[in-house]
Amino acid sequence: MAAGGEALTSTAYIKHHLQNLTLGFHPEKGLGIAHGPEEAREMGFLAIHLDTMFWSVGLGALFLYLFHKVAVRATSGVPGGWQNFVEWTVEFIDTNVRGTFSSKNDLVAPIALTLFVWVLLQNTMDLVPVDWIPELAKLLGIPYMKVVPTTDPNATFGMALSVFVLMLYYSVKVKGVGGFVGELAFQPFPKWMFPINLLLEGVSLISKPVSLALRLFGNLYAGEMIFILIALLYSAGWMLAGLGGVLQWGWAVFHVLIVLLQAFIFMILTVVYLDMAHQHH
Amino acid sequence: MNINATLIGQTIAFIVFVWFCRRFIWPHIMQALEDRRARISEGLAAAERGQQELATAEERSRAVLDDAKAQAKEILAQAQHRADEIVQGSKDEARVEGDKLLSAAQSEIDQERNQAREELRAEVVAIAIAGAEQVLMREVDASVHSETLEKLAARI
Repeated sequence: MAAGGEALTSTAYIKHHLQNLTLGFHPEKGLGIAHGPEEAREMGFLAIHLDTMFWSVGLGALFLYLFHKVAVRATSGVPGGWQNFVEWTVEFIDTNVRGTFSSKNDLVAPIALTLFVWVLLQNTMDLVPVDWIPELAKLLGIPYMKVVPTTDPNATFGMALSVFVLMLYYSVKVKGVGGFVGELAFQPFPKWMFPINLLLEGVSLISKPVSLALRLFGNLYAGEMIFILIALLYSAGWMLAGLGGVLQWGWAVFHVLIVLLQAFIFMILTVVYLDMAHQHH
Repeated sequence: MNINATLIGQTIAFIVFVWFCRRFIWPHIMQALEDRRARISEGLAAAERGQQELATAEERSRAVLDDAKAQAKEILAQAQHRADEIVQGSKDEARVEGDKLLSAAQSEIDQERNQAREELRAEVVAIAIAGAEQVLMREVDASVHSETLEKLAARI
């Protein structure tokens, strides 16, 4: 259990688990770590979630390190174990991109690989029992620690908005400003109804990155939430604790599917959106 | 769960990761995969070629073998023929030699018989002369009567 010693309610436990390690400039207390969600909110936009940044950048670096290790001495001979796995992953992404993305753009496949592996690694952090790393962090004097970056909407929106910018960029690049605006304004209804067209297409355009980010965030946030609720059982007597153990195991098994599936969906939808940006209508 | 500068940090991280992946990871691995694909197809082609070569070599070796067999048969037949010839030849030779020996022996026998006959004749003449001397009680001059004696002897 977190924060042992203090009078700890279930609400406080859950809140503690949902609190990011926020570094920012508080209007009254000055620069520092936010204690509680209110303080974090009062810090406004100019604050940063150190835990999200640490884990996501760390996992991203791990991905790049592991894959780069293979890339620098990739041989056409018989591949070893790790090289084999990396090649299998790369081929999996390559096959998916080739099947989905019909235009020619050699940036798309690396984006898909990065997104898939990075999101997968970040999601996988959800399978680490919810108290392990926060408790360890507490021993080191760090008050809050949210270890799953994809349960932070900043992380998912960061990726989704980057994808959105790429969508806009390639739409304009491939179709020209006129073509892109025409796509937004002159369909699906006749040209004279362009305000309605603009509204419809605008909503559908904006909804792409929003749904992309919220889908990943929502799935992982909900999964994390259930792990936290199951963890609450551990403080409710040995029978419920036993039940909690079984439930945690069961949910983790099911969650493996979600972890993998959400990473795949995020990757494949990115490729689909970029493909749509490249296509003329 | 606030939206804050983390968003920007995450965006920057994402851009850097994608850049790194595109620059240092993707092309190398794809290159390796492409190279391996090429090597495998090369290997398969080589295997096919090898198999074809093996088939032609087998065919050739069979032809050579057949040829050799035929040749051996021919040589055997020739040798047989030659042996027959030699046997025949030596038989003929032997026969000729035998005839020769036979005739030599014959002539020797004839000679010896003639000689014996001569000797006998001479002896008969001597006996006849001795007989005649007895009869006549005197010496017969062989040189005087040689003509008569010669005639006599020739009749024996």
